[in-house]
Amino acid sequence: MANMRWTWFHRLASPPYLYGLAARLTPWFAWPAALLILGGLYAGLVLAPPDYQQGEGFRIIYVHVPSAWMSLMVYVAMGVAAAVGLIWRMKVAHAVAASCAPIGASFTVAALVTGSLWGKPMWGTWWEWDPRLTSELILLFLYLGFMGLRAGFDDLQRADRAAALLAIVGMVNVPIIHYSVIWWNSLHQAPSVMRFGKPTMPAAMLAPLLVLLLGFTLFFAAVLLVRVRAEILQRERAARWIGETLRA
Amino acid sequence: MSAFLDMGGYAAFIWPAYLVTVGVLVLNIVWARGSLTRALEAARRRLASPGEDS
Repeated sequence: MANMRWTWFHRLASPPYLYGLAARLTPWFAWPAALLILGGLYAGLVLAPPDYQQGEGFRIIYVHVPSAWMSLMVYVAMGVAAAVGLIWRMKVAHAVAASCAPIGASFTVAALVTGSLWGKPMWGTWWEWDPRLTSELILLFLYLGFMGLRAGFDDLQRADRAAALLAIVGMVNVPIIHYSVIWWNSLHQAPSVMRFGKPTMPAAMLAPLLVLLLGFTLFFAAVLLVRVRAEILQRERAARWIGETLRA
Repeated sequence: MSAFLDMGGYAAFIWPAYLVTVGVLVLNIVWARGSLTRALEAARRRLASPGEDS
């Protein structure tokens, strides 16, 4: 029984198996992601009613919140993959962690830029050294540090381990970002979706946001699967299965 | 249409925000596909001329 339960884990650890699985799964994430993102952006820009305080300006929420969600969710995925790689010495887990970093970093930039573009008209400033904004900026540096550390080692195993340690230690920043608006007096508003109890937004405003959150999450899965394949090909350069797979 | 583009006076903030986010989405697709294409080409080159590790 215990054996059966763990076979999927062992199979995922096999590079050829994961390579093939990633190739097969990608379209199942990519196409729903495309439909949800296009539909969600249209609904957010056109169908959702204007906010009674912020007017049309609140529509930045539909790009800002999904980007911020990605910045955190991808980091958690990266941290978990890094921990699995470190604890079970699983090479493909390090490949997954390495593939997460540029995706997460890019959406962290999007979250910071869209937040800045929202802050200017609503708070009157592009940037404030506020707990939420500062901890999100630290998240970007964690991603960049992770990528820089990987690039700094010639030996892949040492790069994997050093970067994994950084990713795991950096996980403390994730709850800090999330709770920063509650723990400290922040310019940034408190959570209105990811909170206990009911969201504080009307359904017509909330629905496009939920569609976009799902769409972005599927998008991450699709992009990650493509990147993981590239990462596996590079790491397994000497393996015979690559020749068998590519010739097939 | 122009009212839509004006976004109640917030056009200068909303459209750049959407542009940046869509740009990040597109870049992620381009980067990911590019890295897979490069990895595949490198693997095929190695298969064509074994012994050279490039």
